[in-house]
Amino acid sequence: MSPVTVYVPRDSAALSVGADQVVAAIGREARQRGLEINFVRNGSRGMLWLEPLVEIQHASGRLAYGPVTLENVADLFEAGFLDGQDHELALGPTDEIPYLKNQHRLTFARCGITDPLSVEDYLKHDGLAGLRAAIRLTPAEICQTVRDSGLRGRGGAGFPTGVKWQTVLDAQSDQKYICCNADEGDSGTFADRMIMEGDPFSLIEGMAIAALGVGATEGYIYLRSEYPHAYQTLKAAISIAEQNGWIGDSILGTEHAFHLDIRIGAGAYICGEETSMLESLEGKRGQVRAKPPLPALQGLFGQPTVVNNVLSLTTVPVILAKGAAYYHDYGVGNSRGTQPFQLGGNIRCGGLVETAFGITLHELIYDFGGGTATGRPVRAVQTGGPLGAYLPTSFFQTPSDYEVFTENEAMIGHGGIVVFDDTVDMAEQARFAMEFCTHESCGKCTPCRIGSQRGEELLASIKTDGGTPQRFQLLQDLCDVMRDGSLCAMGGLTPLPVESALKHFPEDFGEDAIAQVAE
Amino acid sequence: MAKRPQWSEQRAAIIIAEHQNLAGALLPILHALQETFGYIDDNAIPLVSQALNLSKAEVHGVVSFYSDFRRTRPGRHIFKVCRGEACQAMGANDLLKSVQSRLSAAVGGTCDEDCFTLETVFCFGNCALPPSVMIDDQLYGRVRPDTIDALVHDLRGAQE
Repeated sequence: MSPVTVYVPRDSAALSVGADQVVAAIGREARQRGLEINFVRNGSRGMLWLEPLVEIQHASGRLAYGPVTLENVADLFEAGFLDGQDHELALGPTDEIPYLKNQHRLTFARCGITDPLSVEDYLKHDGLAGLRAAIRLTPAEICQTVRDSGLRGRGGAGFPTGVKWQTVLDAQSDQKYICCNADEGDSGTFADRMIMEGDPFSLIEGMAIAALGVGATEGYIYLRSEYPHAYQTLKAAISIAEQNGWIGDSILGTEHAFHLDIRIGAGAYICGEETSMLESLEGKRGQVRAKPPLPALQGLFGQPTVVNNVLSLTTVPVILAKGAAYYHDYGVGNSRGTQPFQLGGNIRCGGLVETAFGITLHELIYDFGGGTATGRPVRAVQTGGPLGAYLPTSFFQTPSDYEVFTENEAMIGHGGIVVFDDTVDMAEQARFAMEFCTHESCGKCTPCRIGSQRGEELLASIKTDGGTPQRFQLLQDLCDVMRDGSLCAMGGLTPLPVESALKHFPEDFGEDAIAQVAE
Repeated sequence: MAKRPQWSEQRAAIIIAEHQNLAGALLPILHALQETFGYIDDNAIPLVSQALNLSKAEVHGVVSFYSDFRRTRPGRHIFKVCRGEACQAMGANDLLKSVQSRLSAAVGGTCDEDCFTLETVFCFGNCALPPSVMIDDQLYGRVRPDTIDALVHDLRGAQE
């Protein structure tokens, strides 16, 4: 009998719930039964509540079983899972699972399907098609294609990626850089990590396309230190890409060189802010720079620099491969294409959901997420990371669209959605937002550095001694100063979770708060 | 986690030399020093500043800016607990308290037998399987207090 191919993810989330131990147990059990298994350590499919998700290659396609624990392994063999037999953990054909089937996987098309470090797999699944298409275009045409696709910065700011590239292309300099911002610090987000671990070549390909588009010869991936597995995978992927001539002294045999290196952050959330990241890459304290000058004109080491989020860069290959219109056809309003949403926190079916913009929070949290993990009612969600608004269920029918969210004093940010059940204390969450800012402020500007300290104290006293009209007035003034007076989004957006918690959940702040909000 | 060597100026000089020609070399050097010794020794500051032609104040400023860099020798294992919102939504604050009491260590502190140094982190990117902790480079999701007992017991046992 020929060996059966068994897929068990190498993604950190899968490893965190015992994927390696499951592989070892399946291997042991197979040996005892005299069966041969060919393991593939793929990326994650993104159905993280089913991890470790074990797939077997069946004549009819891939079949899934999950979540597999050590206790289930012998039982699965007994049931004949290697032949695709039924079992209580059987989920049927992986692609038919509604959670996956109802997504539009463009950026994450390969993630979870391929072995992340297999060149053969990558090429078999349309890898390098975008880069090959880019080679046939002029730099201006590459920038125009990205512009026409409507792709906006997936890091959270939503600035049109093609416009940024055009600015760098137009800048005159002998040295330009491509910097990938992989400092995915927002709680509730893990899409960057998933794709770097599950399809790292797509990031390398995206950066190579950016290099061709703007005329850059050097690139850096600024990766947060909390992602050791992503580092190992990226390091191996870069080395394989160089050996295969995809990047290095020549991009796929062209005259264009592109050298890529990884730099590791050191636990500073603020380094996800682009100018702070550039300072950190230069070996300095991660303090934000005043803008202008824009990094596109004076970025890394003072040279024109593209700074893009991981998801923006990993989306570029499919745009080049299939055309701007293909990507632009997805989405609503000025939010074109797809967004990899990430469902986290207190949610039954947490994971990655890539769909066209326009999907509502209700669809994401209930249709995909299945409500809370605890089974209690959803009370609040925080979208867009620690600096994003807390939203009540009345907001859940709003379509996901950058502009619509902004009009409602909320943000999509990097696509993270953190769910809380009805046991959450929103006054504590508001206090925590300020505490987070005291930890993570770079300290350069006063509203953020001092404002967050005073804000944390004020909210702590409201929590313990109750609010008074004076305290709420003071809090409002403080939030205004931080929002209007801070140098960057750190201090500027910290009021968002605070004010939204107060506005939508005043009952958690005491009676005076309710009166205050009613005014 | 293998035993970390004691601070050695000679060894530090080799590490610095290996990285000092990189663009923006300071962070890579500091990471490499910490990877080896577990922390940034006071004696490393003048060595690094000399190698990179920076003032000691500049190097100190960078070391103190980033929360990853420790200034004292840690325990044999680094125990990190996530405090991000997604983990909070699934009881991270209570988990942290229970870890503190089990390790008898305050955040930033090292427990009695030098076994664990306890640190907190904002987000490991494991937000769909909260709450999360990381011990050395191994991530654990959906952690419950009894999981902590088992992990701590295993790692303490491994020392003896």
